[in-house]
Amino acid sequence: MSAVPAIPRTASAEAAAGAGGAPVLSLLLTPPRARTGWRVVPARVGAMCIVELQKLRHDRTELYTRAIQPALWLLIYGETFTRLHAIPTGGIPYLDFLAPGIIAQSAMFIAIFYGIMIIWERDAGVLTKLLVTPTPRAALITGKAFAAGVKATIQAVVVVIIAALLGVSLTWNPLKLIAVCLVVILGGAFFSCLSMTIAGIVLTRDRLMGIGQAITMPLFFSSSALYPVSVMPGWLQAISKCNPLSYQVDALRGLLLGSPSHLLTDFTVLVVAALLGILAASSLLGRLAK
Amino acid sequence: MTTQEAASAATASTDPTESAAVRCTGLEYAFGSTKAVDRLDLTVRTGEIFGLLGPNGAGKTTAIRAITTLLPVPEGMISVFGADVAKDKMSVRRLLGYVPQQLSADGGLTGRENVALFARVYDVSRRERAARVAEALEAVALTESADRLASTFSGGMVRRLELAQALVSAPRLLILDEPTIGLDPIARTSVWERILEIKEATGMTVLVTTHYMDEAEQYCDRVALMHKGRIRALGTPDELKADLPGEYTAPSLEDVFRYHAGSGLQGADGQSDGEDFRDVRRTRNTANRVR
Repeated sequence: MSAVPAIPRTASAEAAAGAGGAPVLSLLLTPPRARTGWRVVPARVGAMCIVELQKLRHDRTELYTRAIQPALWLLIYGETFTRLHAIPTGGIPYLDFLAPGIIAQSAMFIAIFYGIMIIWERDAGVLTKLLVTPTPRAALITGKAFAAGVKATIQAVVVVIIAALLGVSLTWNPLKLIAVCLVVILGGAFFSCLSMTIAGIVLTRDRLMGIGQAITMPLFFSSSALYPVSVMPGWLQAISKCNPLSYQVDALRGLLLGSPSHLLTDFTVLVVAALLGILAASSLLGRLAK
Repeated sequence: MTTQEAASAATASTDPTESAAVRCTGLEYAFGSTKAVDRLDLTVRTGEIFGLLGPNGAGKTTAIRAITTLLPVPEGMISVFGADVAKDKMSVRRLLGYVPQQLSADGGLTGRENVALFARVYDVSRRERAARVAEALEAVALTESADRLASTFSGGMVRRLELAQALVSAPRLLILDEPTIGLDPIARTSVWERILEIKEATGMTVLVTTHYMDEAEQYCDRVALMHKGRIRALGTPDELKADLPGEYTAPSLEDVFRYHAGSGLQGADGQSDGEDFRDVRRTRNTANRVR
């Protein structure tokens, strides 16, 4: 990157203040020193995550309303199916089996909204303005993806609390809980990028809303969130193998319940999926900027 | 000065020692078969307030989007303080402060948080951030309301907040796309007063698009009249008015525009009527959103 010339100090702050009552802008005469190299992406990711947390602090409505659906899944669907004993869960109560699936589902539902949000930001000019800042597109998308992850993590905490209140015996091992957060962030990053990639293809909110509705349920039902993969018909098992949500649920079950899981595979799949998602979404971001 | 002379004078004054703020050479951009910008030659001198005027659909916004690195343009067409927009995007972006046409502040954040976000993405150090943000807010007279959500701001306040966002990185070139669209006369004046004060205090160059001829006449050092993707006349407002033939007594910039473009400012033809509708709808949507 070439050196950025400093702003010429044609008007000293004092002189300007004296003439015509212009404001004193002593700090705003020098451009900030640019971060370079690897430091750029973490800095932008941090900035986007902070914005997400600030918004949540000002308006917690979304946090509360979004807790309703997972609560109903656990309370109505979970309690009923626990009594039915219809689904082989490997010896644990169905409600326990279900809880990690619902954490993954509610995190995915949050992340799927990011495509709609980025189109909304495009229409509002917010995205355009960010694209004119020294932020590489991949950094902007990574920032959004991690912001989705942060929001999904807060949601996961709420679901974990609801599950604990319903008597689900979850781990309280802090290391495992940190790993749970990581899984939720990776999942949130992938699904938000999936949604932002589709946004970059369809370009309008109306179309994306239709597609969002159309893909969330198949993603949910073709994963192991509600039932183990082993009870699925062969074709659905094949689809389930390609669905990152299955790996997320598997990791969450392993970490939260201690049930047999494939943590290394799960993490690898989630990291690769998130990276591919970031790549796809950032290469299509230019279409939204036009 | 005739139109052609005016247009060529814009590029002919290439002084090797003078580094122009913006230099566009033969800029072209088409959306499908519609040429939005057609062989545009334009030089914005360092330190001036340059107005790009024209009706909706004249190509102003497309030109601005090309200069701000948002549209892919070939190398060599646009440079900002000597940095090529196609080749050296990141350096160009560091020189720019950009306020788009829509009211683009984030309503879910406070005024201060909106500005702090831009301080962060421009790498303002943590040590300096709070002071810089406060100074930018002070410059646009928003200190009192800084900790309120931007969704409670009026249109004029949002515009001033956006100025603060653009200002926080100490840009050398401030680009404003229709900064007063949809604002009432008092808010319009207030926004312009801030722009002038900031320009005076920092010495930055200002490139502004507008279709309010009165604003251009009052605030711009030089203006270019754009119509159907091309510049039809260029000069100081007084020069342009003086160059009109004798039948105009006390002409306005609007007369100048009519003379050069051969039509009025609103709904010049069927095509720009379509643009009008889209623009109006977008502006209204924005106004609703911010409320």
